[in-house]
Amino acid sequence: MGKFFARLYLWVLLILLYAPLVFIAVFSFTESKVLGSWEGFSTHLYRNLLTGQMQGNASLLAAVENTVLIALVAAAFSTLLGTVAAIGIHNLKGRKKKAVSFLNNIPMINPDIITGVSLFLLFVFLHISQGYVTVILAHITFCTPYVVLSVLPKLQQMNPNIYEAALDLGATPSQALWKVLVPELRPGMVSGFILAFTMSLDDFAVTFFTRGTIGLDTLSTYIYTDARKGGLTPELRPLMTLIFLVILILLVIINLRQDRLQKQNENR
Amino acid sequence: MDKIIEIKNLSKSFGDKKVLEDINLYIRRGEFLTLLGPSGCGKTTLLRMIAGFLQPDEGSILMEGKELAGIPPHERPLNTVFQRYALFPHLDVYDNIAFGLKLKKVPEDEIEKRVRRVLKLVAMSDYEDRDVDTLSGGQQQRIAIARAIVNQPKVLLLDEPLAALDLKMRKDMQTELKEMHKKLGITFIYVTHDQEEALTLSDTIVVLNEGRIQQIGTPVDIYNEPVNSFVADFIGESNILNGTMIRDRRVAFMGHEFDCVDEGFGEDVPVDVVVRPEDIYFTTEESKTQFTAKVKSCTFKGVHYEMFVDTDTGNELMIQDYDAYPVDSTVRLYIDPDDIQVMKKERTCNTLYGTVKDEETVTLLGADFPLKSGFEAGTEVKVEVPFEAVDLLDNLDDGVLDGEVHFILYKGDHYHLTIKTDAGDFLWVDTNDIWDKGDLVGIRLIADKGIKISRKDG
Amino acid sequence: MGKRSNWSIPYVVFLVFFVVLPLVLVMVYAFQDSQGHFTFGNLAKFFTDKDALSTFAVSIEVALENTALCILLGYPAAWILANKQYNKSAVTIVLFIMPMWINALMRTLATAQLFTMLGITLGKGTLLFGMVYDYLPFMIYPIYNVLAKMDKSYAEAAVDLGATPWKAFWKVTVPLSMPGVTSGILMVFMPTVSTFAISEFLTNNKIKLFGTIIQENINSSMWNYGAALAFIMLIIIGITTLFDKDKEQAEGALI
Repeated sequence: MGKFFARLYLWVLLILLYAPLVFIAVFSFTESKVLGSWEGFSTHLYRNLLTGQMQGNASLLAAVENTVLIALVAAAFSTLLGTVAAIGIHNLKGRKKKAVSFLNNIPMINPDIITGVSLFLLFVFLHISQGYVTVILAHITFCTPYVVLSVLPKLQQMNPNIYEAALDLGATPSQALWKVLVPELRPGMVSGFILAFTMSLDDFAVTFFTRGTIGLDTLSTYIYTDARKGGLTPELRPLMTLIFLVILILLVIINLRQDRLQKQNENR
Repeated sequence: MDKIIEIKNLSKSFGDKKVLEDINLYIRRGEFLTLLGPSGCGKTTLLRMIAGFLQPDEGSILMEGKELAGIPPHERPLNTVFQRYALFPHLDVYDNIAFGLKLKKVPEDEIEKRVRRVLKLVAMSDYEDRDVDTLSGGQQQRIAIARAIVNQPKVLLLDEPLAALDLKMRKDMQTELKEMHKKLGITFIYVTHDQEEALTLSDTIVVLNEGRIQQIGTPVDIYNEPVNSFVADFIGESNILNGTMIRDRRVAFMGHEFDCVDEGFGEDVPVDVVVRPEDIYFTTEESKTQFTAKVKSCTFKGVHYEMFVDTDTGNELMIQDYDAYPVDSTVRLYIDPDDIQVMKKERTCNTLYGTVKDEETVTLLGADFPLKSGFEAGTEVKVEVPFEAVDLLDNLDDGVLDGEVHFILYKGDHYHLTIKTDAGDFLWVDTNDIWDKGDLVGIRLIADKGIKISRKDG
Repeated sequence: MGKRSNWSIPYVVFLVFFVVLPLVLVMVYAFQDSQGHFTFGNLAKFFTDKDALSTFAVSIEVALENTALCILLGYPAAWILANKQYNKSAVTIVLFIMPMWINALMRTLATAQLFTMLGITLGKGTLLFGMVYDYLPFMIYPIYNVLAKMDKSYAEAAVDLGATPWKAFWKVTVPLSMPGVTSGILMVFMPTVSTFAISEFLTNNKIKLFGTIIQENINSSMWNYGAALAFIMLIIIGITTLFDKDKEQAEGALI
């Protein structure tokens, strides 16, 4: 009985959470310009999207490209910077460690708008013209703390003697780093990278304030401008549906794999 | 004598804390040497300095006559087996063992031959493709040893390698380690806090405490002739008692006089006496009887019985014997002169230095104690405080100074405690109260219990 | 080995330049007029501007309501998810977390459009609903994380000592899961106050939140006033983070 209500509760919440997404997905299969009016089944919007023949605004594809490019570059730099930083922080002690951890927490606590406005003021103050570089720098700023937090636990779990064992067996410090330390940290670096990548993909506010006036658009800012203009480009519907599906499949695969690994470990 | 490693005047501090002080030690080629001591005694620090993970503050470590300081760990001709194995989780068994050889660019076929050989030596031949985290603790231990010895080090360092194994496994591995040492013929330096393991395995034992070497010797020497009460207490079970050396070969303790074999202490000198529990014998003959006692408890321990008795003079003794004696029965006991180990007392009272603050107060160990000295204010004084004159209090606020119970020695009819003050100074206390290690105590001095104050220079 | 700690230096330099310095600039701009002279005028302007004050009050109100609703709806969900008896599959958890990974603007737009289609007028009600919809996963996840890691024997011990399961839940499980709740509050409350765009979409520009007026001022080149508003928000953040000490523990890795 309790089980029934528990399940029911979860399902009601899930249906509510997913209703808008399903709504978009359903209406991605009709041609109507306005969301909500059904004009018969059609994959026309998908074809438009995939061939790049937009009815109205062709810069949607450019926005998608920008979004992915910025996310990839920002995630790569964040992973590098964050991993090096995590190793450093792990080896710090006492008050210094606390201070750096505190600094690392600030970008995570700050709401997007504060990060965005403060970086905007920085670039204005330094007379740096805003564009790709400033957006990427801004994204690195709010992504790196998450990489640090993904790598640090791996360092803590690691047997502290492993690095010394490598030295003991004749590895120079840099050999020990590449042959032992990096392979050990790789899972943390990978999840840090994925986290940074998706944070960057999702971002709206920070990009909004740091993209300048050169007409640089990511998907978020594109949608924002588009929506303020009134109508939504109909091709956004199939795009959202596709993104939604890709993320769903990715997450399910990652988690099923983790699940299986966990069960294997338990069965041992 | 062929010394492979020589350690001279070695000292090391972490911050303000001295972890090793003036260590002098040599290690013979091919021997199995154990660094033995309680946790925090500095044994692992010493091992890590030999391995090169820590640099000494003072002193030197010589290997075959060559200074090791400045040589980074990866260039030292020795290898380490780490406490929790430290196998590389991302490599399989074969690649773990081949790690060092690959770095040295040993040809592939040679690597294969050598890896196979050590795997056979540690009886893990079929495991070369296994992931290390699928292995049991004991198996990981063998791989860790194989990974170290495949590099043919001149010295193998082992840092509590068996500490993570269960008892049965530990016993098996002890035997195997001993055999491996014989087969390989290289020098083993072994760190452990387990005295039994040390006695079983070693050619030489170095007992460490508080960063200092207490005693170096063979297992038999250390067991039979501990040089001080710490070693006696740490190695095996023992009865440690206060005694007086009456003259050569005659010692008094527990209110009785005994013949012994020790000489050269002088006459009427206070000493510590150690008697091992298996060296106290039961007898029925009156002529042999040295003292009587009443059995308080009797517990079966597998091979022998362990009994606690109260002697006729009110001391408590632990006795081990193959026969059980009923509780509450009165028994006759004797001790052979050979089995009485007499040790010089490290100290007979606390000697402290301080200054007179005013008529009623003396400043000692950074605190003001109410003591009438009879000297002028500002005089530097030496204060001798008998062990009984230190009073320990539950309530920290009642004491003049705070401290922590650091070490406990039972002396048959009282406890001899080592107290570490907050400032890191030591005080020694005799008491009948029961304290536990780590208890926080307030410290007071009882003025009328024989505290002697004199001018520092006088 | 001691040198390894130096590896944090590049990041510290980066943080000082891109996090600390910008925040200092927010403060500097907040206390300057457009000629760069020191002034309290920007703050004074806020406290005398009825519109700004009422926007601020509405933002706090919406944020409080949103946070409360998220706890009310999210805690039971997190508890059920963390309970092996009710939920054995990791996929259910993924389904709850997944919305966090999808662009918030997209989700909000979809919600707003759905309301429009259903003929519901956009306003306070839809704003709250949309906010809850946006932020619920951020509340569920940290609470779930703490509950899932919690040793079940605490609750069992309580029952063993005579507590009813209900009492054990209130007296043991809930207090022990507070780090997750505070973490969730932090991830919901401040972002709600500071959202812009989202509130505009959900209310058809009828209700402005604090984030929106910051954005409007910055965008119309009123940097100093915008900075002053951001500064006020920084102070609120400072206050709310005082209540939170276990953030890292509850957040953990998000994957």
